[in-house]
This record gives sequence, structure tokens and C-alpha cells, in this order.
Amino acid sequence: MKKLDNYGYMFIVPFFIVFITFTIYPILLTFYYSFTNYNGMGDPEFIGLANYSRLLTDSYFYSAFYNTMYIWGINFFFQLSIALLLAILFSDIRLKMRGLNFFRAVFYLPNLITIASVALLFGILLGWHHGTINHLLMDLGIISSPINWLNDPTTARWSVGLIGAWMWFGHTFIILMAGISGISKDYFEAALIDGANRWQTLVKITLPLLKPIMLYVLITSLIGGLQIFDLPMLITDGTGAPQGSLNTMVLYLYNQAFRYDNYGYAAAVAYGLFIITVIFSVITFKSMYRSNVKEG
Amino acid sequence: MKKNNIVKGILYAVLVLLVIISFIPFYMMIVNATRTNSEILQQGFTLIPGTALMQNYDTLIQYMNLWRGFANSLFVAVSVTLLSSYFSALTAFGFAVYKFKGKNFLFILMLVLMMVPGQLGLIGFFDLVRVMGLLDTYIPLIIPPIAAPFVVFFLRQYLMTVMHPSLLEAARIDGAGEIKIFHKIGLPIMMPAVATMAIFTFIGSWNNYILPLVVLFSPEKYTLPVMMGALRGSQVAENLGSMYLGIAISVVPIMVAFLFLSKYIISSISAGAVKE
Repeated sequence: MKKLDNYGYMFIVPFFIVFITFTIYPILLTFYYSFTNYNGMGDPEFIGLANYSRLLTDSYFYSAFYNTMYIWGINFFFQLSIALLLAILFSDIRLKMRGLNFFRAVFYLPNLITIASVALLFGILLGWHHGTINHLLMDLGIISSPINWLNDPTTARWSVGLIGAWMWFGHTFIILMAGISGISKDYFEAALIDGANRWQTLVKITLPLLKPIMLYVLITSLIGGLQIFDLPMLITDGTGAPQGSLNTMVLYLYNQAFRYDNYGYAAAVAYGLFIITVIFSVITFKSMYRSNVKEG
Repeated sequence: MKKNNIVKGILYAVLVLLVIISFIPFYMMIVNATRTNSEILQQGFTLIPGTALMQNYDTLIQYMNLWRGFANSLFVAVSVTLLSSYFSALTAFGFAVYKFKGKNFLFILMLVLMMVPGQLGLIGFFDLVRVMGLLDTYIPLIIPPIAAPFVVFFLRQYLMTVMHPSLLEAARIDGAGEIKIFHKIGLPIMMPAVATMAIFTFIGSWNNYILPLVVLFSPEKYTLPVMMGALRGSQVAENLGSMYLGIAISVVPIMVAFLFLSKYIISSISAGAVKE
């Protein structure tokens, strides 16, 4: 038996060779570079914590953090609200809404499309004088003159946030529906028999039982949201304009490394982003756990 | 009952509105891809297609061979999906079936690093690839996905619930080697879970933007997303009809594929979330 178990190594060796080479080593190498002034050429020179102290006082990094959270906040609020309303609607046993498969598929569609294509598409749909969205809104009489959506910090952030919500609400809806279908039908039927109204069923049964899956949605969306890159990169040609309002953390990292060749500093930005991600994940877990305990 | 019907009517109307919101950007894309630049600029919004499709296509293809990007993306995504599926199944089988020293440590190490965002090692990855002389090749896009911790985790959980040790014992008594047992028993048992993960892997690779952007330099090697980025800065951008057509070429095949695969994709997402 002992000899047979050594086959285990053989099965996992290819994975770990690749994993160590292309995942673990680059992470460690990035960590090392974050203490150097590496610029892509010559030998990196060790400069201690200089990159990190620069990071702590870098107003561009703080604004990148702010922009990232701003965009993610809009995205997540609309994404979750719409998905939750849809999930509640389709799980209501009294309403018996039809067409779940059709609606799920259509709502999910935007999520499947390459973000690069989505960015390009909205980049021109949202154009100033010749954008289709302005044309439509003017035809409908909602606005009287074209709005330069992507040239004002507020409308630019809202645009990117809402594009994100548009891309993700269908995905979140599917996940919430999966969570609801995991809740036994007995609960809902018992509530119906006991004469619970819709609101009571929602607050007492559906939402508490959906909590773990909403935590999953929150954390995956947050980790993904902190890394938002494709949309702002392609909408602004990498500049993060207008007035740096679309300069997100990963876009900043990308520009520091591949536009300005500040690999050392970019490595510190990567670790800053990592620490922020860890802090947020821990806070989310803790607060969800604590509110669970309180109720229990 | 009557009141209920009115409520339902309103709810369906809201749902249809959401359907329109989900779909209209794509519809506008298709309509505008058939209109000339001046029609789009001067006549504004319309739901009726024009007649300039071929003209737009000629302009587009003159500057950028999107089909090349399409073929490149397909090559990368298919390779990634095959390699990642096979090696993840292999690794999951190793973790699920055998008891060896250090197994728990390695498994936990894998799970911890699964949580780390991909951008953390980007700088080091780029430098490693540069030193290896692999910049501007597909190798840094195709080989690293062999180590896909989440897929291994998912497949291992699946194996633990569906595979019976007696199955393996029976095969061993029949004289089958361990590798053969994996191919004849392990892999077929895992197939439904492998297919689920393969869909995600394919979509993830197909949509990946930052990695090919960093690694590839030659325009003829660009994957579709990188080519879309290049499209924006090219002369095609001066002709909106051609721009829309370029985007449509990148989008429509995915929509057609989704038409046939939507059921599987949606059940994969559901399974992936609930398994967590």
C-alpha cells in the first residue's frame, strides 16, 4: 500500500512544477522587486522600504483606490439590487413567474462578451456629439443637448460602474437563484400555510438562508472589483482620464510598470493592492459572521 | 385573482424592459455596423439597418485582420482548456486517491494561493517570461494555466463525493497500472465536473486581456481582446460603421455559441457557486 501511495507524487508533480515556476516564483520575485528600483534594465538596486513609503504618500495611488471603490460601489449596488429583486420575484411560489430559463440566459449574455469588446462598444455608444445614447436620449426628449459622458469625472465613473452592473447582474441573478433552489421548498410551503405574507417570508426565510451565498457574491465581486482594469484601460486608452477619475489601482500598476518602466514601484503597488484586498476580505467575513452570531 | 394578473402583467413588462436593456447595446452595434459613417453621424438613432455592411467590412479588413485575432484567440483558448482540464484532473486524482507525506500541506498551500489576486505576481511573471526568452510567444499564455488551483479544488471535491475506492481496488486486482486506472476510471468519472470547469476556463482565456496585452508585441499574434484595443487606436476608428462592425465580429460568434450552450453555461455557474 505504501508503495502505491507514492504514485500520488507523480500525479501532482506536473501541477506543482508549473505552479512554483509561474505562480509562486513570480509572486516572490515581485516581492523582491518591491524593495528595489528595478526599471527593466540592468541590475535592480536594493532601496529598502523607499517604494512603500512613497506608496503611502502617493496621492495618485489614493485617488486610484478611491476611483476603484467608487466604480465598484455603483456596480455592486445596482448589480445586487437588480439580481436580488429578480431572484425574489422568480422564487415566489404564489406568483409562479414563467420563462426563468429565457430571462436568465438573456440577462447573462452581457457577461459572456469580452470586456474589451464591451469597452469599445460603450466607448462609441457613449460618444459626445455622435454617440447613439445621446442621439436616443435627445430623440426621446430626456436631454436637450448631448452630454459628454466620458469627459466628466462623475458621469465617467457612473458610466463605468453601470456598465459593470449591466455586465454582472445576470451572473449574480443565476448564483442567487442557485442558492434559492438549494433552500428546501418545505420552508416556503410551511410559511404559506402558516399565513406568512410575502414580506415576512422574504425577511424571515429567503434572506437569512441566502446570506452565505450573498457573502460569496460580495467577496468575489469585491476581489474582482478591486482589480478592475479592462474597462477603464480601453475606454481611456490607458490614461485614466477625465482628470484621472478612471485611473484604477490596476491601471496605475500597469502604467507604472509597462508605460513608465518603474517595475520596482509597480511591484510595491501590487503588494499595496494585495494588502487592501486581504483587509477587505477579512472585514467582510468578520462582519457577516458577527451579524450571524447576533441573530443566532 | 384579477389583481394578481395585473401585478403579473406589470412584472412581465419590467422584465421585458430589462431584456431590452440587456440586448439593445448589441442590437445598436449590429444596426450601426450596416450603416455608413455619415449616416451614423448625421441621421442619429435608428432601429432600421442600413446597406453599407460590405463597404464597412472592406474598410475594416484593409486595416486589421480581425479573423486572424479570432483564430489566435481560439488556438490559445482551446489549448488552455485542454491542458488545464487534463492536468487539473490528474492533480485532483492524486490528491483524492493517495495518502502521501506532505499532501495536506501542499493542498492548503494551493488553497491559500487560490485567494491571491492574479495581478500580484504580474511584474515578476513578466520578468520571468522575458528572461526565459518567451516574450511574444503563446507559451506564457498556454502553459501557466496547467496549474489552476480552483479547478483542482473543484474536481477533488467532486471526486471525493462520487468515487468509490472499491472501483480502484477492482481495477488493481485486474492488473491495471495507476496511470491506466486514472485514464480508464478516474477521468471518465470526473468528466461532468471537468466539462463544467472547461467552460469557465475557455471563457476566462477567451476574455483575458491584461496578460496577452503585456506579453504579446507582434500585431499578427494578437488575441482578439488585444486586437480590439488596437482597433481603437487605428484608422478604422475614423469610420464608426467599420468600428461597430469590428466589435460585432468579436461579439456575434460568442452570441451564436451561447444560443446553443446557454443551458450548460448557466448550470455550470449554478454548480460552481453552490459547490463553494
